[in-house]
Amino acid sequence: MAATETKYLTEFYHLPEFKGLDGYKKNGGYKELEKALKMQPQAIIDEVKASGLRGRGGAGFATGMKWSFLPKNNEPRFLLCNADEGEPGTFKDRMMMEKAPHQLIEGMIISAFAINCKKSYIYVRGEYDDSINALTQAIQEAYKAGYLGKNILGSGFDHDMDVYRGAGAYICGEETGMISSLEGLKGQPKLKPPFPAIQGYLKKPTIVNNVETLAVVKYVIRDGAAHYKKFGTEKSAGTKLFSLSGNVVKPGNYEVPLAFPMKDMIYGLGGGFKAGRKLKAVIPGGSSAPVLTAEESERATLDYENLAQMGTMLGSGAIIVIDDSNCMVQCLANLTHFYHHESCGQCTPCREGTGWLDKIVHSILSGKGRPQDIELLIKVADNMKGKTICALSDAAALPVLSFVTKFRDEFEYFVREGKSKVKGTAFAPKGDAHVGH
Amino acid sequence: MTSNLFQLSDEGKQKVLAELKRYESRQSAVLPALYIGQKENKGHITSDVIKELSRVMDIPESQINEVFTFYTMYNKQKIGKYHVQVCRTLSCMLNGAEDLTNHLCKELNVKLNEVTADGRFTVSEAECLGSCGTAPMMQIADKYYENLTPESAMNILRGMK
Repeated sequence: MAATETKYLTEFYHLPEFKGLDGYKKNGGYKELEKALKMQPQAIIDEVKASGLRGRGGAGFATGMKWSFLPKNNEPRFLLCNADEGEPGTFKDRMMMEKAPHQLIEGMIISAFAINCKKSYIYVRGEYDDSINALTQAIQEAYKAGYLGKNILGSGFDHDMDVYRGAGAYICGEETGMISSLEGLKGQPKLKPPFPAIQGYLKKPTIVNNVETLAVVKYVIRDGAAHYKKFGTEKSAGTKLFSLSGNVVKPGNYEVPLAFPMKDMIYGLGGGFKAGRKLKAVIPGGSSAPVLTAEESERATLDYENLAQMGTMLGSGAIIVIDDSNCMVQCLANLTHFYHHESCGQCTPCREGTGWLDKIVHSILSGKGRPQDIELLIKVADNMKGKTICALSDAAALPVLSFVTKFRDEFEYFVREGKSKVKGTAFAPKGDAHVGH
Repeated sequence: MTSNLFQLSDEGKQKVLAELKRYESRQSAVLPALYIGQKENKGHITSDVIKELSRVMDIPESQINEVFTFYTMYNKQKIGKYHVQVCRTLSCMLNGAEDLTNHLCKELNVKLNEVTADGRFTVSEAECLGSCGTAPMMQIADKYYENLTPESAMNILRGMK
């Protein structure tokens, strides 16, 4: 049987009109806002809790639970939508914002009503100009139609929404880094506790949720938690957008129920490989997720529990597929360069560790690796885990540990022979190729 | 100081003042103000731009400077009229990003991050631009160009006025 998508959130994404207010309304838009404004806010929170919805940005934390950490008083609070999509391999939020900006906005207003919040921001990565324009226009339309502003649809509920443009920093996808950035500062993460729900943006209670997470809220209200839970498994409920990229024939965003077989994603929806190539490895949840071998990938299912059991994670749902024409040392070097570039520099283990990982992997890649470098990589990576304010350090260490452990023969061959086992050559260092860093 | 002091246009100044009022805290206007300054200074930011923003915003230069140096989208050096940023991260690498970058540099006769002799282009590498399903890709100004080959990318550059 051919693998097919389950178009739940993305049902109308093929319609260009779904982007504008009229087309959105014609296809069920803002109906759930009307419904939600007549509900008790706590009932909305309870429904989201019951739905089992978990954060779609990467950490997979229970959304309703996160909301319930807010103080139970009338202190002003903020809702921030994390649209700083930067995890390598991830491009689903961009599609959602470009094709269905009102879907996100409606989900946000419902969420804001549930948590008694009068002001929200959508923090969009600076490069996503089309997303920023789509959202800016949609917010204007929503104000005109009375979905934003004072006394929304006569409910007595007021809410304002604005877009904030990031400026190129992966770390701002970390929720407290994002808060720092929105405050007009360097995007450096803050020490937790206090968690943002208690003390976030401008030291006020703040909820940070991913684009996809907030959009789902509308559908939980529309169909109820019980219906939403029919997709996926007990602990991984719902559908999820997966960004499939790398060496597959048909890369793209695909919406499937959680626990969808990885094999069907790669060979079915993804169309498999070019003639003569075969599967070598998969990074299942964005570049921070430990890599899986071909054999592991073919028995994996796309849900939080199964991937955790396999020692990796679902993350943002970004599946990067690597075929057998690629050198794993070269792939890892690409990632160590990324993390070194993106470390915010605040914590020493990360600032220094990402630099050393990158230096050592590139030394191997240039054919100058020493036999002890492989153990050194493992040692440095081990020393970076769990020692810093945020998860970037772990995110840099985990790929290294998994690549070196699972594809050790390629690293050993490179060190021994001074060239890639797959490509037959070494790679000359290019130096830092970034403007300004 | 030998260079002319940079001054915001009246329009730019009004935009910065509007940003100062837009958020709960004036400090939040620093990121948008840097974009305004960069745009008015032909695509990069100098110490004179920081000085001018500090004066207009009444926020210390040091606070603006630390934001400026933290983020990659504020250019620290002169760039060509068209800033061609080729995504280099894994999914693009797997689809030939490096060949694409090398081809553009060779055809334009320029090294990475340098400005072409005619002042029109700077080619640089960028980290993941969130266009992994349409790799390889490049960004020029605010626009994404996707599913490229070295030749199709060069043709796009040739078509730039």
